[in-house]
Amino acid sequence: MKYKDYYATLGVARDASADAIRDSYRKLARKYHPDVSRDPKGEEKFKEIAEAYQTLKDPEKRAAYDRLGSGYQPGQDFRPPPGWEQQFRREGPFGDGGYSFDDLDLSDLFASIQGAGHRGARSRASMPMPGADFEVTVRLALEDAHRGTQVDLNLSVPEADGEGRVRHVPKNLKARIPKGASDGQRLRLRGQGGKGARGGRDGDLYLNIVLDPHPLFRPSGHDLYLDLPLAPWEAALGATVEVPTLAGTVSVKVPPGTPAGRKLRFPGKGLARPGGGDGDLYAIVQIVNPPELGSRERELFRALAEESRFDPRGHFSGGKPHAG
Amino acid sequence: MPAERDFVLWLDAREQVSLVELSECAGLSVAQLRELVECGALAPADPHADEWVFGADCVVSLRAAARVCRDLELETAALALVLSYLERIHRLEEEVRDLSARLGGLRP
Repeated sequence: MKYKDYYATLGVARDASADAIRDSYRKLARKYHPDVSRDPKGEEKFKEIAEAYQTLKDPEKRAAYDRLGSGYQPGQDFRPPPGWEQQFRREGPFGDGGYSFDDLDLSDLFASIQGAGHRGARSRASMPMPGADFEVTVRLALEDAHRGTQVDLNLSVPEADGEGRVRHVPKNLKARIPKGASDGQRLRLRGQGGKGARGGRDGDLYLNIVLDPHPLFRPSGHDLYLDLPLAPWEAALGATVEVPTLAGTVSVKVPPGTPAGRKLRFPGKGLARPGGGDGDLYAIVQIVNPPELGSRERELFRALAEESRFDPRGHFSGGKPHAG
Repeated sequence: MPAERDFVLWLDAREQVSLVELSECAGLSVAQLRELVECGALAPADPHADEWVFGADCVVSLRAAARVCRDLELETAALALVLSYLERIHRLEEEVRDLSARLGGLRP
């Protein structure tokens, strides 16, 4: 078993008062709580802080922790001193006397100890216990979200054995994601979480869907946006161009005089919606100049510049702005 | 054979959940949920209906708010405040996603 310094994790002295421990926990929890923190390591840090606090806030668990000794470095292998488990034995984890510390995590050990907060909770031992909910972020390709897919999830989850001993175990799940997921959407898969105990319901699996960036399409809900680059002469004269969609390319007629920023809508060419039907695809016109002009192209542009009476900035001197 | 809805629930406004189902999802008691409705932090689809139902899009914020309050040992009264802030954050994130999608190549 690896040693963890819960006092150092919470930034308090070993003789800190219960109030000082609580204050320090609250300060750190506010900083690193995964629901409010932007720190990429926030979740990991919060788990360490919460684990330390769960043990140190309970006088009995704290006493048990203190009796482990303090002469270890964090991460160092250690065993509790002789007689430790007899002293802190409860009806759950150490009852059979055959308990091995070797494959235990310190957090699982203390989660198994019935602390002061559980006095009189003996009757709960026969109550149904719902299984834990699992919450995971799943990254999907746009195409997979559109068609529906199956994902393999590798989780590390707390699991209690028949005698109430809790330990983290790897859990592999296959989750089927029906078509219709969009970026940021959440999905609940009933009964796919931890197993319930004593007749309690199984927990649920919550999936937070994140769509991988696509080289062409940008999702907004179930609609997709695509930049449609046009050469200046295509925008001015009109053209028929090929536009990619999730279901292959479609031809579209761009009308003459199409300005930059105009949106062309392709109904039903967006992402599949969960309840049926598809979102729309919007192609946004961009007018793109050739990166380099050949001599003939330059000549033609110069001729156009001399010939045209068009003033795109006429409204700077009181005229009406041009549409688009 | 059970319907897909029995297993898979899209947590968006299209789907609805009952009060009991919401309590199960959020890990909050029915009494706490009623308190949130009373103070206006949570709105059933029809407040006058005999059996309240809620848009499933509230589940995510509610779960997160409940988690924050449990982990930070906040009073139930703070739950309503945390919930309203989280919902505001989710709405703003959606708007940012939408605007980013619309802007795309037009961004500097």
